[in-house]
Amino acid sequence: MAEIVLSARHLTRRFGGLAAVDDVSVDLWRGRIHAVIGPNGAGKSTLANLLSGDLLPSSGSVLIGGQDTTGWSPERVSRAGLGRSYQKTNIFLPFSVWDNAFLGAQSREAQQPWNPLRWLQPAARSQRARERCAGALALAGLSHRHGAIAGTISHGEQRQLEIAMALATEPQVLLLDEPLAGMGAAEAHKMVELLLRLKQEHAMLLVEHDMDAVFTLADHLTVMVNGQVIASGSPADIRADPMVQAAYLGEEH
Amino acid sequence: MDLPTFLIQLLNSVQYGLLLFMLAAGLTLIFGIMGVVNLAHGSFYMLGAYLAYALSALFGSLTLAIIGGVGIAVAFGLGLEWLLFRHFYRRDHLDQVLLTFGLIYVFEELRSILWGDDVHGVPVPDLLAASIPLTDNLSYPVYRLFMAGLCIALALGLYLLISKTRLGMKIRAGAFNRDMAEALGINIKRIHALVFALGVGLAAVAGIIAAPVSSVYPNMGSQVLIMCFVVVVIGGIGSVRGALISALLVGLVDTFGKVLLPQAAGMLVYILMAAVLLWKPEGLFKQ
Amino acid sequence: MEVLPRGVRVALGLGLAALLVFPFVGSDFYAQMVTRMMILAILAMSLDLLQGVAGLVSLGHAAFFGLAGYALAFLTPQGEPVGLWWTLPLAVLGSGLAALVIGFFVVRTHGIYFIMVTMAFAQMVYFLFFDNKALGGSDGLYINFRPGAEIAGRTVFDLDSPLTLYYFTLALMLLVYFFLRRLLWSPFGRALAGIRVNEHRMRAMGFGTFGYKLSAFTLAGALAGLAGYLWGVQSGYINPELMGFHMSANAIMMVILGGMGNFAGAIVGAFTLETVLHLLKDLPQLGSVNLGKHWQLWMGSFIVLVVLFASRGVLGLLQPSVRVEPASEDRSQHG
Repeated sequence: MAEIVLSARHLTRRFGGLAAVDDVSVDLWRGRIHAVIGPNGAGKSTLANLLSGDLLPSSGSVLIGGQDTTGWSPERVSRAGLGRSYQKTNIFLPFSVWDNAFLGAQSREAQQPWNPLRWLQPAARSQRARERCAGALALAGLSHRHGAIAGTISHGEQRQLEIAMALATEPQVLLLDEPLAGMGAAEAHKMVELLLRLKQEHAMLLVEHDMDAVFTLADHLTVMVNGQVIASGSPADIRADPMVQAAYLGEEH
Repeated sequence: MDLPTFLIQLLNSVQYGLLLFMLAAGLTLIFGIMGVVNLAHGSFYMLGAYLAYALSALFGSLTLAIIGGVGIAVAFGLGLEWLLFRHFYRRDHLDQVLLTFGLIYVFEELRSILWGDDVHGVPVPDLLAASIPLTDNLSYPVYRLFMAGLCIALALGLYLLISKTRLGMKIRAGAFNRDMAEALGINIKRIHALVFALGVGLAAVAGIIAAPVSSVYPNMGSQVLIMCFVVVVIGGIGSVRGALISALLVGLVDTFGKVLLPQAAGMLVYILMAAVLLWKPEGLFKQ
Repeated sequence: MEVLPRGVRVALGLGLAALLVFPFVGSDFYAQMVTRMMILAILAMSLDLLQGVAGLVSLGHAAFFGLAGYALAFLTPQGEPVGLWWTLPLAVLGSGLAALVIGFFVVRTHGIYFIMVTMAFAQMVYFLFFDNKALGGSDGLYINFRPGAEIAGRTVFDLDSPLTLYYFTLALMLLVYFFLRRLLWSPFGRALAGIRVNEHRMRAMGFGTFGYKLSAFTLAGALAGLAGYLWGVQSGYINPELMGFHMSANAIMMVILGGMGNFAGAIVGAFTLETVLHLLKDLPQLGSVNLGKHWQLWMGSFIVLVVLFASRGVLGLLQPSVRVEPASEDRSQHG
């Protein structure tokens, strides 16, 4: 039984006269991967930013878990249950892998600024946060690297950490922006396996260029060109769509 | 407040605002294009003023003092950029703050060694020493009109340079994307040196022409620096247009504030800044 | 560098031992000099919380330092001392409150804006005092009597004695140090460290970073107030210069000089800078040139050299670099 966890309706974002995202609607179901593909400049990352609160929509709405999160700040959207990974690796380079994920785990604790313990007791003392952190790292396949400094691990491991940090916040929705970016065949394979593991418990939006991965993973595809949706449907439908082939698939690797 | 008094205060506001603009334009350009914060910017103003004092005594002519002073100041600025500043464009703001703070100490002491700690006056040149009568007993000094006029001319020149010339285009390209500009064959190092020299030159001119009016004294750089920062914050970093509007605004608020509300005078400009920040945390004309 | 290596900890322990016995070895004059260094160490530690941990470079921190000194000056009557037990918390709270109010405006800005507006607001406070005779004006205010520390009518300790003031200050310095070290590893401290490295990601993970930064700003202001109160107690004289951006920049220098982010560096930096300052001011005549008179030239050059060659400070020099460059700085300008 799949429920709609995230629903975006008629999202539009203008910069001056240009609509980077133009009347885009997207639904995300728990247990399904919805991939968004399109050429560079199609507005995919802008769409991701609109959903995560990094950008304000010019019009349209976003609902997460039934709550209207339109115009919410990134921290509020995160608390509403959205976890995001970034196209350009956005981790805490000087911290260890564990500390990176731990911050995500810590964010789900009650902040309680009036409580002196939040100021005096070591953060590592929280068992719940430690469990969340360990769980996220295990799910992302990084448990064995927990002590390594994030700036020193391989590119593929950094991309895994990207996702682990989002997982540590125990989101309902995962927004993954090109998780396979810059990966060789072996690393990409690992990442695809990771994403399949994550599918069960989350609703996922995947922005990707790697077509092999997309057609392996996606249950539903949306194709964007110049900010607009030109096609949306099952992978088979999309593969057969002549407009999509002309606009995008023909030139892709 | 009657009309002549109002007119005088208005003229004073504009003249003060334009002077601030000269300093703020340099600061905002240097920051907008090279990303460097320079706490010693006020020192270039002070340098200009002291050069006005030294050179007008030497040459007996303000015109020569302006030309000579700008020349010396720009040469000094270029030397400083080559020796120190260009190594700091990609460093932390914190390092830049400290470096330029150290320079303030050095410059103040050099000033003390070269020209002493006394307050000095600089005579207004005879040609400009007259006053335009406004009423029976109120008149406005021609020199101040000259100051405002020169600032307007330089502001216009700056605008034309940045928006209408090829050099200006290269400057803007370098600000937008340094690596790309370099790939296109633009000599970024030279552009940066030029922008720095421009900033120093504007500050020095401001100091030179202000000297007859404000006198020449230790720490004059620090005082004007704060106002300059306020102007840049309100106007938006990197925006020369913002600096102009903001400088005029600050000039108005400060001048009329001192007349209408003397007890709160010093604070009014900061209240203005606080209000702007609440509305637009990155200034009125964010780049 | 948050975790102090063993060698550094041993050195710090020795330093503490030296501080404990110093008054018995040195004269009263030197004890007073070291007391002053310890007061500045508290100021430096408060700034380290803001700068080294949270990554907020404030050119206006000294405003909160001076405000507490002024608070003591206003609270102390002309003819008699005032009570320590209520004036100290009040002054600290006052500085904290001022930091909260100023912080509310200032913390919403980022990067270079933050530096500039902190400077501007602090100068506003400076001019408020400088221009108003009622607040002491440019001459400043005198504190004629040191606060009295009495319980139930009996004097517990006498702050007029340099020895007592020394140990009182030392105790407070150590209290602040251990409090801040605990804070560093608490959830609050960890969040601040995260904000310094990548504020954008912290927000994306659900942290309300404005609130964290404002809290750090307020706490740092309150602790600066503690230092300012002690300064007033020791020197008996407060003037606007203690609040100006020169003082703030000196405080920044102390933190940089020692090494940021671990509070021990702040203490080392404060001691080092004060010592360097004294050495430079006491330089002898060389022929016809009085080197000491031109101490600003040497001081300025010293600062420039430190920034050029030793920007991780004394403690940084002791630790080999595991230097990992953070991702491009425009992250911190999001949101």
